[in-house]
Amino acid sequence: MTVDPVIRAKNLDLTFETNDGPVHALKDVSLDINKGEFVSFIGPSGCGKTTFLRCIAGLEQPTAGEISVNGMTPDEARRARAYGYVFQAAGLYPWRTIGRNVKLPLEIMGFSKAEQNERMNRVLELVDLAGFEKKFPWQLSGGMQQRASIARALAFDADILLMDEPFGALDEIVRDHLNEQLLKLWARTEKTIGFVTHSIPEAVYLSTKIVVMSPRPGRISDVIDSPLPRERPLDIRDSAEFIEIAHRVRDGLRAGHIDD
Amino acid sequence: MRTAFVTGCARGILMTRLNAIIPALTVVAVIVAFWTLCVIPMNAHLTADQAQREGMVLTPEAPRDRQELSGLSLALKNPAIIPLTYVQTRPRLPSPHQVVQELYDTVIDKKITSKRSLVYHGWVTLSATLLGFVMGTTLGIMLAVGIVYSRTMDKSVMPWAITSQTIPILALAPMIIVMLGAIGIQGLFPKSIISAYLSFFPVVVGMVKGLRSPDAMQLDLLRTYGTNSSQGFWKLRLPSSIPYLFASLKIGISASLVGAIVGELPTGARAGFGARMLVGDQYGQPMVTWAALFAAAITAAMLVAILSLIERQTLRRMGMGAA
Repeated sequence: MTVDPVIRAKNLDLTFETNDGPVHALKDVSLDINKGEFVSFIGPSGCGKTTFLRCIAGLEQPTAGEISVNGMTPDEARRARAYGYVFQAAGLYPWRTIGRNVKLPLEIMGFSKAEQNERMNRVLELVDLAGFEKKFPWQLSGGMQQRASIARALAFDADILLMDEPFGALDEIVRDHLNEQLLKLWARTEKTIGFVTHSIPEAVYLSTKIVVMSPRPGRISDVIDSPLPRERPLDIRDSAEFIEIAHRVRDGLRAGHIDD
Repeated sequence: MRTAFVTGCARGILMTRLNAIIPALTVVAVIVAFWTLCVIPMNAHLTADQAQREGMVLTPEAPRDRQELSGLSLALKNPAIIPLTYVQTRPRLPSPHQVVQELYDTVIDKKITSKRSLVYHGWVTLSATLLGFVMGTTLGIMLAVGIVYSRTMDKSVMPWAITSQTIPILALAPMIIVMLGAIGIQGLFPKSIISAYLSFFPVVVGMVKGLRSPDAMQLDLLRTYGTNSSQGFWKLRLPSSIPYLFASLKIGISASLVGAIVGELPTGARAGFGARMLVGDQYGQPMVTWAALFAAAITAAMLVAILSLIERQTLRRMGMGAA
């Protein structure tokens, strides 16, 4: 029995009308993402990786092509709360405590008070922030704030987690730590994750599938299925396999540039 | 040990307070000193005239010759009149101690039910100020919400709001008072209208900016939750606008007070700070005018201070105050 992919994009095209004329952000993008996959989108700025993620989320409308999320249009999927979205900045509300920030989507979606508290405690535990619910965002480090924003995206139990360069603004040590935690979280929750990054090691370390994209117009230049095991200690990054995949990603990125 | 620690803390707090107050006090001291010096030349001529009537010998002797001299040189030629410039009953410029004396008499000594009590007049102006402030703030917030949520209102209301503030209020105030008087509305309400007219504007400008302050990412986040626009307003836009609102309220409340006083001036109101300023002017009692002026300034300062206090409390409770 074959299972339908969770996210299916077919010949997706998107052109932005700007003051400097049309910008071809996505051209002929086709991709299937299966349940439980960890998919990274990597490429230089302007390659459309964020735009593609936003199309999946229904935050942008493609000008041509088809895209479905859980068999629905992205807009329907959004209204069905099919995914949690994590932005580059934590974007916590400064006037809400960490706990109330995590509860924000739950309040909007009308969960009961008791359920809100139960879920908040559960997801804060999941991101190692148990006991911080009464703190305000400014009392937390950047890495902790980003973890809180991941907890917020997990709170309403969406099966899909879309992350747009969530660790881009953090230093490397914090980033390594969060990557490790993210893998553990993925293993525990079995979510399907779409992850935008511009770091090759991050993409290779995290993903089961790496989508290499190139700019002007934004398109997919390579899709790499990672042979690495799902269980990944940090030192896997020194293994020959890891280096080989990283090499292939780098080649893909370079090939995209030669086309310019 | 513990007592020493507590005293140490108390001293620390006192020192921080002093450090905050000393610069302000220095400015006040400089202004008072300058004012005190100005009293001499400003009052020199009338003091000299009066001193001569009482038998003092002056140089030059003829009042007309004295008019040729500046106040300063007249005082320098006749040092004996200098102390007298500070105790005139109808000075051109009252000295600081005379104003303080008048304030003390009319604020503390007089019963507040007396028609000569500045507390009574202050309340008359303050009640119009507060009513106008509430009306102006309400109107301002409503307009701002309309402007942020409706493109039509954005295009149509904002230019008029700006235009409204270019009309000199001194020209407009008598018209409002007279027109409302013609249909039988008098007293508090017309003055409040003028207060509201002046105070809605900073609130509109501040709140429009505040309600629009959430960035694209924060708005996108709400979209991913399928948020409707009223949830977006209560959960994101309104809380984001609170710091902007307080900045506007502080400008608005002082504008309201000015509005209420201006509303009292053109129609010869019987009560209020404006009425006292007018009375002092018309009956040659400069101390009355100056006392009313200072009382109005102190009232405005207190209103702003109260708002600052509420601001600090609110922002701290919202987790946005300084640590």
